[in-house]
Amino acid sequence: MSISAPRGLASSGQKPITEILHPLSAAEEPLSPGPDVTVSGGRDKEVGLTNGTPVETPSPASASVLFNRLQLDDDLDSDGRDPYADTETHDLFVTVDDPKKHVSTMETYITYRVSTKTTRIEFDLPDYSVRRRYQDFDWLRTKLEDSQPTHLIPPLPEKFVMKGVVDRFSEEFVETRMKALDKFLKRVADHPVLSFNPHLNAFLSAKDLNKRQGLALLSKVGESVKNVAGGYKLRVRPPEFCAMGEYLDTFNQKLGTIDRIAQRILKEQSEYLTELREYGTVYASWAGSEEELQRPLEGVAGCVTTCCGALEDMSENMGQDFLPVLREYILYIESMKNVLRKRDQSQAEYEGRLEAAVLRKQEDRTPIPAEVEKCQDKMECFNADLKADWERWQSNKRQDFKQLLTGMADKNVTHYEKCQAAWESLITLLQDKQTEDKTSETN
Amino acid sequence: MADSVSREEVAVISNTDITSTESENNIINTMVERGTALLRKLEINVAEAEKRTGKNTVNMQETYTVYLIEIRPAETEGGTPAAPDTLWRRYSEFELLRTYLLVTYPYIIIPPLPEKRAEFVWHKLSADNLDPDFVERRRVGLENFLLRVASHPVLSNDKIFFLFLTEEKGWRDAVLETGFQDKADSRLKSLSAMFRVKNPDKRFTALKQYSDELNSVISQLLRIRARVADRLYGVYKVHGNYGRVFSEWSAIEKEMGDGLQSAGHHMDTYAASIDDILEEEEHFADQLKEYLFYTDAVRSVCRKHELIQYELEMAAQDLAQKKQQKEELATGTVRIFSLKGMTSKLFGQESPEQKESRLAALEQSIQEGEETVKEKNTECQEFVRAAWDDIEHFKEQRDKDLREALISYAIMQISMCKKVWTFILVCILCMYINS
Repeated sequence: MSISAPRGLASSGQKPITEILHPLSAAEEPLSPGPDVTVSGGRDKEVGLTNGTPVETPSPASASVLFNRLQLDDDLDSDGRDPYADTETHDLFVTVDDPKKHVSTMETYITYRVSTKTTRIEFDLPDYSVRRRYQDFDWLRTKLEDSQPTHLIPPLPEKFVMKGVVDRFSEEFVETRMKALDKFLKRVADHPVLSFNPHLNAFLSAKDLNKRQGLALLSKVGESVKNVAGGYKLRVRPPEFCAMGEYLDTFNQKLGTIDRIAQRILKEQSEYLTELREYGTVYASWAGSEEELQRPLEGVAGCVTTCCGALEDMSENMGQDFLPVLREYILYIESMKNVLRKRDQSQAEYEGRLEAAVLRKQEDRTPIPAEVEKCQDKMECFNADLKADWERWQSNKRQDFKQLLTGMADKNVTHYEKCQAAWESLITLLQDKQTEDKTSETN
Repeated sequence: MADSVSREEVAVISNTDITSTESENNIINTMVERGTALLRKLEINVAEAEKRTGKNTVNMQETYTVYLIEIRPAETEGGTPAAPDTLWRRYSEFELLRTYLLVTYPYIIIPPLPEKRAEFVWHKLSADNLDPDFVERRRVGLENFLLRVASHPVLSNDKIFFLFLTEEKGWRDAVLETGFQDKADSRLKSLSAMFRVKNPDKRFTALKQYSDELNSVISQLLRIRARVADRLYGVYKVHGNYGRVFSEWSAIEKEMGDGLQSAGHHMDTYAASIDDILEEEEHFADQLKEYLFYTDAVRSVCRKHELIQYELEMAAQDLAQKKQQKEELATGTVRIFSLKGMTSKLFGQESPEQKESRLAALEQSIQEGEETVKEKNTECQEFVRAAWDDIEHFKEQRDKDLREALISYAIMQISMCKKVWTFILVCILCMYINS
């Protein structure tokens, strides 16, 4: 896995799209990402050799390399570009893994290992390893929302699953959920404010999580009672927050559409797969009637079967990697919208109190009470936190989606690689026989 | 000549990047290489198709397609290629030619014509005979047919075939003059007749069985292939929906915007590419169809053999019966029931003169019968010899052609895979470049 010329790929140079040959319009043309870019055409082939061969069509091996390289470049770039990158904490690392099933007389449930490595002084030890179940994550999130109402708390995977529709203990489900929990915790740990929250500390380090305040059976977005300021109505939402709101609505809609399309694709692919399987078996049965053609036909049947397998894998990946991330972002959007609403409330409260105080001042010259100023502080704090979180969220979102789309593309490429390899080996088989025939004919 | 051909074919083997059209051409080259006298003289191809309107036999306007056949003298050393002789033929004329060949050479597996109507269609492909894609595929099929006949050791020498290629106007009359129409009717009758052969030829029985199996399996394959095509079409088209939503999404993004926009655009192109992919696959389907139709030709050769065998058996049976009768008449014993025998028993023996004349008549009949049996026997043996020659030739051709077809299909699949994942790479690159 090596790229022959370690020069920057097109992502760091500015390459206009038009110069990239469209592969579907140029039938057999090789892909040429740019004159100053060389892509390794495989382990042994080097591009632009002294024998003057032109840039080769990149072989499948280079596709994954390309993706990794792009990701790396991007990470390096983004650190430079992202003003909030510096505020990311790099002294607290958390991982969620190792799911285990626990069976007791009352219930059956899964726990996950939560490992922590840190240099922070807020923690007594540099390493921790505890076991937590979903309920515990839920508790943590609620606590974070309550104690940090001005911040955006990352979402958890869906809490409720329909028993009978989804198997809560299937490998797939557990795997998907665990990945989402891992992401949740990582996002919290990376947050400059949330990561210092004492509840997080307890979650990561305590042997037994003493959820003193009990399992608050709040809704998954954790709308806490004390944050709803009584009766104040917001008049005008400032334009920057309006823009946020609009963005969230549209983004939500688009994600929903993408989710639906993805599900439809899965369905179509599954129907295609059914037909394709049958198609392969007909070749196998034809092989039975033939002599010379028996092996070639069996070869074709084998090829088709391989392609079916590859397609199955790809569909599985889509279900496990792509869809959950989409859904997670939809939940994230909900959270964000709620924070916006809370911000609105705090502005409403401030404006309401201020108005009342101004009226009273006009009447009997009472000075503006300290509460009003506290409200103002609260509101401005909220606004600042929200703006900061918004930028972080946008930045993370870009990263996540790039990764998501690249990941999907990678899986797709792998799928076609497998199919291509199967057919290529079939041609070798078929043409070998031809060579045999030819030599025996000319003899 | 042989050397240059084998060099060409060696090039084919090592080159895994040949397109499926090139592979198709290899099949044609193989046919041409067979070097019949006709092909040594002429180059044949069906160059174009054109729509015509005219009045048909019931004086109604109809639209039909005609195909241009080009005949060129085979390339001479260093000479400039001469201008081709051309004539126009419509599908029904090809059909007429084929029927003539079927009747005239019942021991030959006559190459099939491309299908009359589009069958095994996946839903988007037009079933309309005037659809340009269908016409184009038919043009290729007709050319194939002509080349197969021209490269056949027996058929290529047929005068009517030659006239078909050279006489636009006078050909129809020439064909009808051969009187093949009468034979055509009796042939149809014989094909559908029910009779049983006492000593079936094992080889022909096996061949008929194989041909039935092949027919069934290829039909199945074509049916399922059409369904697979339908499904694949669905998958691609749904991906097209991504195009629109990515576009809409890009409108609200600042930094990812351009990347998403071009990703969306590529999704549209991807979705649109399925039409060409499936159109190319039709090539393969056409090659399978050719052999599907070939099974009918094989079957009818087997049936014809059965008929001849049956006639031989009947003639032999008839002769044996007559011989028996003669023996009885001569020795006076009645072993076989006959009306004459019974009546003579009841009404008394016939006179010696009557007996003599009957014996003479029988003798004559027996001689004629022996002639008939000899003829039929010869006919049968000739048929078997000629047919089996052709069948061996057919089997070789089938193996070669189908192998080429499978290679061509595999190449097409590879090319599709390459296109798609290359395309995905471009898509992703765009995303990264523009964000």
